[in-house]
Amino acid sequence: MSELTLTLIKLGFLAVLWLFVLSAVSVIRTDIFGKKITTQDKPREPKPRKVKRRRMRGAPTTLQIVDGPNAGQSVPLGDGPILLGRGTDAAIRLDDDYVSTRHARFATNGEQWFVEDLGSTNGTYIGNQRVTSPVPVSIGTSVRLGKTIVELRK
Amino acid sequence: MSSPLNPVWIPRKRRGAELGLLVLALVIGIGSYAAVGLGFNGQVPSGIYTVGGIYALVALGAHVAVRRFAAYADPVLLPLVVALNGIGLVMIYRIDLGLDAAGSPFGPFAQGQLRWTVLGILLFVGVLVLIRDHRRLQQYTYTFGLGALVLLVLPILPVIGNAKRGAQIWIQLGPFSFQPAEAAKIALAIFFAGYLVAKRDALALAGRRVLGVDLPRGRDLGPILVGWLASIGILVFQRDLGSSLLFFGLFVVMLYVATERPGWIVVGGLLFAAGSWFGYTAFGHVRDRFDAWLDPWADPDRNYQIITALYGLGHGGLLGRGWGQGSPEITPFGFSDFILSSIGEELGLAGFMAVLLIYGLIVERGLRIALTCRDAFGKLLAVGLTVSFALQVFVVAGGVTRLIPLTGLTAPFLAAGGSSIIMNWIVVALLLRISDQTRRPTPAVAAIGVDDATQVVKL
Repeated sequence: MSELTLTLIKLGFLAVLWLFVLSAVSVIRTDIFGKKITTQDKPREPKPRKVKRRRMRGAPTTLQIVDGPNAGQSVPLGDGPILLGRGTDAAIRLDDDYVSTRHARFATNGEQWFVEDLGSTNGTYIGNQRVTSPVPVSIGTSVRLGKTIVELRK
Repeated sequence: MSSPLNPVWIPRKRRGAELGLLVLALVIGIGSYAAVGLGFNGQVPSGIYTVGGIYALVALGAHVAVRRFAAYADPVLLPLVVALNGIGLVMIYRIDLGLDAAGSPFGPFAQGQLRWTVLGILLFVGVLVLIRDHRRLQQYTYTFGLGALVLLVLPILPVIGNAKRGAQIWIQLGPFSFQPAEAAKIALAIFFAGYLVAKRDALALAGRRVLGVDLPRGRDLGPILVGWLASIGILVFQRDLGSSLLFFGLFVVMLYVATERPGWIVVGGLLFAAGSWFGYTAFGHVRDRFDAWLDPWADPDRNYQIITALYGLGHGGLLGRGWGQGSPEITPFGFSDFILSSIGEELGLAGFMAVLLIYGLIVERGLRIALTCRDAFGKLLAVGLTVSFALQVFVVAGGVTRLIPLTGLTAPFLAAGGSSIIMNWIVVALLLRISDQTRRPTPAVAAIGVDDATQVVKL
């Protein structure tokens, strides 16, 4: 093996190593900027109708209790998270036997609101889907906790 | 998704990009294997087809498993890890050759390392298959906490505990020896994540404000003191400086991330300083490490290892000696604790920096996964796993290059050592699982409809 060949192998290997590092970086770069931006498929019927009827655009301002023992109560939305449950530290104390002490939390990231179940006994539902992780909720989406139904309102 | 017409982000799966990078990573691994043979004795190693084939097979198998079980996972992590693991395997093989030529009684290590790698990748696939949702781990928070405690205590038990090279960190079960600290690292990350998700509200309460930093209240200092005492315990009973540092650093960083209060870093730093001072004054082995760091040439016989490692790095220079043409086997444990200096010698600063950059990219991906993760537990778990990885790399690379005192942790994926390689593959599997959950598009949310809603019984 001549000295020259070995030097070429050495330099070639370093070149491939750096090529690998740089291509990994470029994949990361496209991963940051290259996310496909698509329009969400037309959602199911009831939601747009509700949205249109109440002429709601922009951010919700209140959390309204629509059904259940506390129906009619509401709480204004700020920047902080809102805790729902039977406990004394909840934003609205729900007199609902099917609701846990710390049942669910509404939180915002500044753009949209999420509902997150806090390990409640009977679960938090959107439609017939149980909430297991923070799920984005839009204005007019009914969220059910026990026998209570809450909605975001403008 | 706040309003139905808003554009939404759908992260791409990028599995094709992953495959491309993976092939490049395999070219690096198998190419360096061939280069070692060419550089050492002028011929390609006879095992190039079998060893290269096995490695390519398991790596591609891991890729297929990711495609099948974690389709939305991060595309860069797996190739980065495969590249590191390949370079490590070849470096160990190269040192085997050197030790053999020098007639050393040590070795060979490469075959065992390849076996452990295969086993590690199998466990990687196993974790991806078994843990379909990382949030399930949160249910076992305290089980993992107890498990970590048991694993940490195991090496100092009388029968199975085994002191090697001055540190009591091994357990011996028949012919197998195992370093439980590596497994404890993962269990602790899971435990801290689960614990802090539950308790962070209490720990985030502000106490006194000193110089613009919110210091925690005295009565909230309990957990951090327990963590500190446990780390000191590891230092005292197992004489393992590295793990002690790693666990305490992990806890402080996770505490900081969970509570967003810099005060914890201040408290942690003070405790760390106190612990270091205590270690320095109380233990001979800590003082030896410090002295070897400050002036290795004062006692060349005792500091032979670090001195040869430094000369190795110098010998490597900018572009290295080339695979198979340096003499990294001179450094004791050049295949495990000092593998980074061996790489620096054969691949030079250029190769050493590439390896460090690969480590950096792995850490970046880990933190990115934590940033995009939606649930608090997953966020903290990703941070914990990544930070433990980053700390380990920093401590090893810093120790070998004499930036900080040497502590004896292993370079993840590079150094010879079964427990380390297996546990690090599991860490990567967990990170990919969290990343898959995070990047997976959220299921469409159906509004409540009269027909399909669960009926609420009116009483």
